Amino acid sequence: MATATQPTLDTPFVVGEREFQSRLMVGTGKYPSNAMMVQAIEASGAEVVTVAVRRVDLDRTKDAGVLHHLDPARYFLLANTAGCYSADDAVRYARLARAAGFNEWVKLEVIGDQESLLPDTAGLLDATRVLAAEGFKVMAYTNDDLITALRLEDAGAVAVMPLASPIGSGLGLLNPFAIRTIKHRLSVPVIVDAGVGTASDACITMEQGVDGILMNTGIAAAGDPVRMAIAMRFAVEAGRLAHLAGRMPRREIAVPSSPIAGMLG
Amino acid sequence: MAHLGVRSDAVAITVNGDSRDIPAGSTITSLLTSLELDPRLVVVERNREILRDRDSYGHIELTDGDTIEIVHFVGGG
Repeated sequence: MATATQPTLDTPFVVGEREFQSRLMVGTGKYPSNAMMVQAIEASGAEVVTVAVRRVDLDRTKDAGVLHHLDPARYFLLANTAGCYSADDAVRYARLARAAGFNEWVKLEVIGDQESLLPDTAGLLDATRVLAAEGFKVMAYTNDDLITALRLEDAGAVAVMPLASPIGSGLGLLNPFAIRTIKHRLSVPVIVDAGVGTASDACITMEQGVDGILMNTGIAAAGDPVRMAIAMRFAVEAGRLAHLAGRMPRREIAVPSSPIAGMLG
Repeated sequence: MAHLGVRSDAVAITVNGDSRDIPAGSTITSLLTSLELDPRLVVVERNREILRDRDSYGHIELTDGDTIEIVHFVGGG
């Protein structure tokens, strides 16, 4: 993007010693069709796409696998441990995912409650330690609690992924202060995961200074997922640039933009 | 589904939660072939142990009572 007249607009986005171009990561679930999923992901500009590990459905094996539709040479596959309710289960799923042979990365989820899908942070820490010791690059999905985020970093996570709001809720960024605090205190990248419902949510989230966003339902469940994917791409870039640019101070009074001097007598 | 009459030349295994009778001497490779699965697109776990080396699939003979899990990547967030 940068040219001789255009300075580099952003710093490199590096996670676990790997550099990515796009700060938007996307999921592959819940699309109305595989064709639309592929189109939307392409439109999003994302390089990192998440996938889940599940049993092969032996009665209809032809169409279910996401790799029949997404080229693993083109996208960086980030397997998740969604649906795991214990550290042991999450570790098992992560090992299965790594055995698929693409990479040693995992988006680690240890869920604590079926209704809220909020993380079990104790299980998350246990699983992070085990997987980091086995050489996994762990990106840990967590809540917006600073102490847990710090402990995940200590446990060896290469990125910490606090939620904006609960998975699939589309409620947007509920606690910007908590997310900013986590970003200020951690050395590893902070990538907000879950809860982004529309482009303004993504933009506001990036304006907090976080390194990236991972989203799925916000795009997949939009009326037009391809248009929303494009909107999210722009929103993430806009929010990132606004953060880097630095916003003007908020004032409780009006300040004219045009000169007061030179008015007609 | 399992066949009703278990023959002496068959072994009973569980694949993804379902009981199946397969011919004695079946390997991971022959199981995947019979299920029309591409070994490159799945991961196989046998009795909770991941079979990491796909080149070994043809040599691993299934035995009575084996529990096999065959997983792959599906859409997810």
